[in-house]
Amino acid sequence: MVDKNLELFDCGHRACGGCGAALAARLVLKGAGTNTIVVSATGCMEVFSTPYPETSWKVPWIHSLFENASAVASGVEASLKKQGRTEKVIVMAGDGATFDIGMLCISGAFERGHDFTYICYDNEAYMNTGIQRSGATPYDASTTTSPAGSCSFGNKRPKKDMPQILAAHGAPYVATASVAYPANLMQKVEKAINTPGPCYIQLHAPCCTGWGFEGEQTVAIAKLAIETGLWVNYEMIDGKVAKVKKVVRKPVEEYLKTQKRFRHLFKPKRQDAEIAAIQAIADKNAEKYGIDIKLKKE
Amino acid sequence: MPELIEGSLAVAEAVRLCRPQVIAAYPITPQTHIVEALAEMVANCKLDADYITVESEFSALSACLGASAAGSRTYSATTSQGLALMFEVCFNVAGMRLPIVMTIANRALGAPLSIWNDQQDSISLRDSGWLQFYAEDNQEATDLHYIAYRVCEDPSVLLPAFVCFDGFILSHTYEPVEQLTQADVDKYLPAFAPKERLDAADPISFGMYATPEYYHEFRYAHDKALKDSQSIIEKAGKEFAKLFGRDYSAVVEGYHLSDAETVLVAMGSICGTTKDAIDEMRAAGKKVGLLKIRVFRPFPTEELAKALAGAKRIAVLDKNISLGSKGAVAFEVKDALYGSGIPVYGYILGLGGRDVRKKDIKEIVGLAEKGKGDGFYGLRTEVL
Repeated sequence: MVDKNLELFDCGHRACGGCGAALAARLVLKGAGTNTIVVSATGCMEVFSTPYPETSWKVPWIHSLFENASAVASGVEASLKKQGRTEKVIVMAGDGATFDIGMLCISGAFERGHDFTYICYDNEAYMNTGIQRSGATPYDASTTTSPAGSCSFGNKRPKKDMPQILAAHGAPYVATASVAYPANLMQKVEKAINTPGPCYIQLHAPCCTGWGFEGEQTVAIAKLAIETGLWVNYEMIDGKVAKVKKVVRKPVEEYLKTQKRFRHLFKPKRQDAEIAAIQAIADKNAEKYGIDIKLKKE
Repeated sequence: MPELIEGSLAVAEAVRLCRPQVIAAYPITPQTHIVEALAEMVANCKLDADYITVESEFSALSACLGASAAGSRTYSATTSQGLALMFEVCFNVAGMRLPIVMTIANRALGAPLSIWNDQQDSISLRDSGWLQFYAEDNQEATDLHYIAYRVCEDPSVLLPAFVCFDGFILSHTYEPVEQLTQADVDKYLPAFAPKERLDAADPISFGMYATPEYYHEFRYAHDKALKDSQSIIEKAGKEFAKLFGRDYSAVVEGYHLSDAETVLVAMGSICGTTKDAIDEMRAAGKKVGLLKIRVFRPFPTEELAKALAGAKRIAVLDKNISLGSKGAVAFEVKDALYGSGIPVYGYILGLGGRDVRKKDIKEIVGLAEKGKGDGFYGLRTEVL
């Protein structure tokens, strides 16, 4: 059972006020408990939590490089197995480390079937290096390497579907979660670490600095992502979608308007075609995962 | 009784006797026979290790890093491009002070692609903070693995090591090798019991980042531990000699040095050829000797300077080239002899598997006597 009062991610770290990733770390560890070893990839979370000689991690923690967290976790898991130890191994990595530079190591570790849980805190760009686009950056988001300009609306590609890629590796448990739904998030972590084999959780973690909103809005914005269908919370058991968070959908505009990374879609003039394209992404998500709650007509 | 055995298989047997708990490796010529042999041992319950068949060398060393931090003795082997792919992890493993032992079956680096021997691969990682041992023959390559684990896991060292042996020239060659027994090795090499490891009962953080207030001191401590490991190598070598009779305690080893006027300096299998050439030159009345470098990192500057103090001239044989400059060993020798007035000539030879024969060694001695030939030796000018 998840102990909601357990605090394994200590305060005093250097994250921005309202950081979704810091909230994610705290909630993940509540779900995982004390018998856990965390492997981190280079990124914001690693940097804000472990400036030598201080650490926020009250569980054993290791960071090696940007792209090798799942290979390091493979070794940790093999070592524990050989020693007959019971700790659960969790990787905590950002979307750049997961969607892009770490793909090779992730694919290898999942194919080999190591018993570990890979958690990607997805803030949809390289935040640690100053908000550059990654394979997780949504369509039309303005970043420092996909800036909106007089002949660009920002990032030209939709998000890569990592959960499907990992499900295709035969992962027994794949889930998406959000910092806006902490109880659901903690339960999913608990479920993943208790499922033998490689499991994957992709965790939506808004970044106030990178997305351009006030720190107190983090949870509200994460919630709006779900309510508009731009982020879908679901589970996949053995590759089949099992549980989906259903919503009464709001127009994507309500989400886009809250963040400076989409500001160019509204100012200096409203870009109807682009907003419609993003609405189409949400509609496709809604259809694919069946998230719509149909309201009875009055 | 020595057994006639292929170098790779002799090394694999030594690794087995060291009882690694986690092995992670990726196949690459000419390292493959080692990792195949280890896989077979695991498959037949002759080695109780978890063998991770990773998808790249980069992951091989990363997995070893994780396993070592979690408290297991770990092993990997690679060469050339594989080692180049590990570049980033190599610095990391050493900086995190994890005592991983890795065999390097030395091979050239591309381009152009070459599967044949030189020592460019491990030399290119000379600044990564690993210990580097170079073996002259397969007996030495085999025994150096015991010594490497013993030294690396010493609480005052806690650093990783390359055990380098020349690809094909040693890895695929049958030589008589005397193997230790499990009881012998258990007596010499205690179980790996690091004071600090990933452990839920005693949580610590590994691999934190260091600000400018601390980084400089981390590097100093690393450098000091590497330099100080020389005395541990000597001690471990002496104890090995006491138990098993073969002495590897000298970080540099002389051959006909005492009255030598021209001294060749070399590392690896080329030392064997050089010794044969020296025997023939001695028989013809030439006062030639060899100084073999067994440990390239930490570099034994003082021992080398002392051993070469009586020479009239030095000819360094480098199976590597720092392009745009000179060979790595020549660099070190010139540094060690700075101010001595002894001329040092550097010869780049045997790159990408080019044979080095006794007559080449003799020719180089002749060149050194004339004070000539710094640079590439034995160029086929007709293809240039």
